[in-house]
Amino acid sequence: MSEIVGSKSETLSHGHDVHKHRDVQGAKLGMWLFLFTELLLFAGLFLVYATYRYFHPVQFHNAGLETHTLFGTINTMVLLTSSLTMVLSIGAMQRGKKWLAVTFLAGTILLGLIFLGIKYFEWTSEIREGLYPGSPALLNMSDGEILFWGLYYTMTGLHAVHVIVGMIILTFMLVFILTGTINQNDYIKLETAGLYWHLIDIIWIFLFPLFYLIN
Amino acid sequence: MADVAIPPNEAFANSYLKNHGKRKGILAWILSTDHKRIGILYMVSLFTFFTVGVILGVLMRLEMLVPGPAGKLFTAQEYNALFTLHGVIMIFLFVIPGIPATLGNFFLPIQIGAKDVAFPRLNLLSWYLYVTGSIIIIVSLFHNGLPDTGWTFYIPYSIRTGTDVTMAVFGVFILGFSSILTGLNFITTIHRLRAPGMGWFKMPLFVWALYATAWVQVIATPVLAITLLLIMVERIFSVGIFDPAKGGDPVLYQHLFWIYSHPAVYIMILPPMGVVSEIITTFSRRTVFGYKAIAISSLAIAFIGYLVWGHHMFVAGMSTTAQFVFSFLTFLVAVPSGIKVFNWVATMYKGSIDLKPPFLFVMAFIFLFCIGGLTGLLLGSVATDAQLHATYFVVGHFHYIIFGGGVFIFFGALHYWLPKMFGRMYSIKAANWALAIMFVGFNMLYFPMLVMGAEGMPRRYFAYLPKFETWQHISMVGSWVLVIGLIIMFANLLHGIFKGKVVGSNPWGGTTLEWTIASPPPPPENFEEIPVIVHEPYYHPEAIEVK
Amino acid sequence: MESQETNVQTYSHDHAAESKHAEPIGYGTYILVWLALIALTALTAVVSGVNLAAFTVVVALVIALTKASLVVNIFMHIKFEDFIFKIFLSIAGFTLIVIFTLTFADVYFRR
Repeated sequence: MSEIVGSKSETLSHGHDVHKHRDVQGAKLGMWLFLFTELLLFAGLFLVYATYRYFHPVQFHNAGLETHTLFGTINTMVLLTSSLTMVLSIGAMQRGKKWLAVTFLAGTILLGLIFLGIKYFEWTSEIREGLYPGSPALLNMSDGEILFWGLYYTMTGLHAVHVIVGMIILTFMLVFILTGTINQNDYIKLETAGLYWHLIDIIWIFLFPLFYLIN
Repeated sequence: MADVAIPPNEAFANSYLKNHGKRKGILAWILSTDHKRIGILYMVSLFTFFTVGVILGVLMRLEMLVPGPAGKLFTAQEYNALFTLHGVIMIFLFVIPGIPATLGNFFLPIQIGAKDVAFPRLNLLSWYLYVTGSIIIIVSLFHNGLPDTGWTFYIPYSIRTGTDVTMAVFGVFILGFSSILTGLNFITTIHRLRAPGMGWFKMPLFVWALYATAWVQVIATPVLAITLLLIMVERIFSVGIFDPAKGGDPVLYQHLFWIYSHPAVYIMILPPMGVVSEIITTFSRRTVFGYKAIAISSLAIAFIGYLVWGHHMFVAGMSTTAQFVFSFLTFLVAVPSGIKVFNWVATMYKGSIDLKPPFLFVMAFIFLFCIGGLTGLLLGSVATDAQLHATYFVVGHFHYIIFGGGVFIFFGALHYWLPKMFGRMYSIKAANWALAIMFVGFNMLYFPMLVMGAEGMPRRYFAYLPKFETWQHISMVGSWVLVIGLIIMFANLLHGIFKGKVVGSNPWGGTTLEWTIASPPPPPENFEEIPVIVHEPYYHPEAIEVK
Repeated sequence: MESQETNVQTYSHDHAAESKHAEPIGYGTYILVWLALIALTALTAVVSGVNLAAFTVVVALVIALTKASLVVNIFMHIKFEDFIFKIFLSIAGFTLIVIFTLTFADVYFRR
């Protein structure tokens, strides 16, 4: 990922005369295209979810009662807040307030960490209840419930992987701000990294009702 | 033609083939972000794997020497591995990267008057991902036995078999990323880096085709990625998502697989269609007929191609409604494809046709592609497909489309552009002979498959009924003829690259931007001055006006 | 000649778009959007407790879509970007609709 973000600035040296300025639009277009691939990656999983929910409505309903709505709601708010600190960090950079930007960005990474922490407690409590793929308790349940929990772990797990990747990218951005690679005149890297972080947020916005609320 | 611009000697002294950077030897290639060098890197890797795929294919035909099951060259299990490897290598390592990664990388920036693609380092990264994915696939072969699932990795077999499907699938997953990054790069390049004056309808048709292809790469490949990821998750954690024993639905797997893999057919065929438009107009010495129609039809094919994946699953247990819908949508693809073919033929009308090898490849393409397309009609309608599904007929059909259509044009494109890439010309006579031999071998190899399939010969069987013996033998001999043709062609091209007669910047009289710069092109920025575009791409001032 | 003129227009258009970026969006806007997002999250959590039968899914998805569009438009700046970004986004959105509709052409009628 860092390569992808890093390569945007190359456009500058390879663009032509008319693109003497940095090709900010090009970098954003490229990032959006990448976001579409992420979106469609998850779309495949949402399609699987929709199909199985349609096949086993009652069992999905029952399984959904077992997830921890409180954990899910808190985590949603944590991630939404991290999106806020992300845009505030970019806003601060635009105004040239380097340390404010650093603070907000560090806050974003911290909120990501809190999200993962809550996720950890949530998963351990569920695993302690014997609800994990291939567990004896789960295999005794109906097909629909096995599928629900399979999807639950796959989808929130893949999302958590994206949160980790996002945090790594944001850490790079933090270093770039400190070294001055990202500054008031050139903050496109921070902006594209922010786009990626928001996408992670959007995916969670849809995961949240599907696994924690509709029951 | 306007062949005077740059004297050849000067062109060779100042070409991308000469080292200009600070790195030496192989490093100057594998660390280069010059789109031309990356194109060559891809080309070398692709044709290496193509050779492997061809050898596997010939071995599969050789297996049909006797009906069996006694006295066979390979066991049934080995034959399973052969068709899996042949499929995986040819599809994922050769045809899908195919023209975009090689010639597209090389000529897309030049044709739109840019100095490079939008993200040059990302471009190099995509080659590394390609190499990594390929290595993982190759390693998976020698680990826990050869994979035996077929290139489609159908569930439930792929989650039950003991061979190392997980690793093979992971390799394909990485290759998918390579494809996505190339597509993303091309779309951004076309949007942002066109030369001044090059409006959307002044772009060469090859660029239009690559643009449509790039969208398919970006929008469809992630669905394959998640499908393959789910196979891995299933094999490692057995979560049950596709496992029928735990309530999973194998038909849903097929949906997800073909949501990518049908559009992938258009990743394979759209770029060749773009090349055909280039070659026909150049060798007819006429501007292309129906430029806008051809350009838009590329987008239309990419779009409709996204709606038809279900025709791979007519007999898989889909609902009747879905069979009806997908069959109907499938027939719609014929409309934009037909638009292209009619416009190509109309371009030749009253043209001053020059029967050089690239043009002859296009002629072969039109013939083979028509057979492929017409047999496709039988597979697109549900009633006949129920009879023909999973027979040799399907195998014959897609080889006519992908090999006869796509790969023959890949070869034609090499004959068209190699003089530009290396500044030297191959032997025209040898090229014509190679094409003639390949054409004969191809039809001997695949036409019998259509016949046998119609008579009920199933695909992927290592043995067959004695009544098919004659056809199997014709097909087998055809594979040898085809290989002879391939060897002559590659020998001729390689001889041309290293020892061929030096040619000027525009040997064919082409009108797009690549013919205005030196052969081989200068590094790394292609143009000394960024051109300003005033004409349509195919402006032949000397052509006769057709009234 | 004509083509050169169009080209100049294209680039001046670009330029206008970029100067539009120069004025940053106020912190206040972001905080308001964040408050709305939090409120919607609370709302959807509360509503899920009420039995709406078949509408449960619809209500939850409508709220999720509202939240997503706030993030896309304001946090991800789509509202302030060039038209081409909106075209790109609609291509992606349309693809999603196609995948779901056609798969359900099978799933919905299978039993």
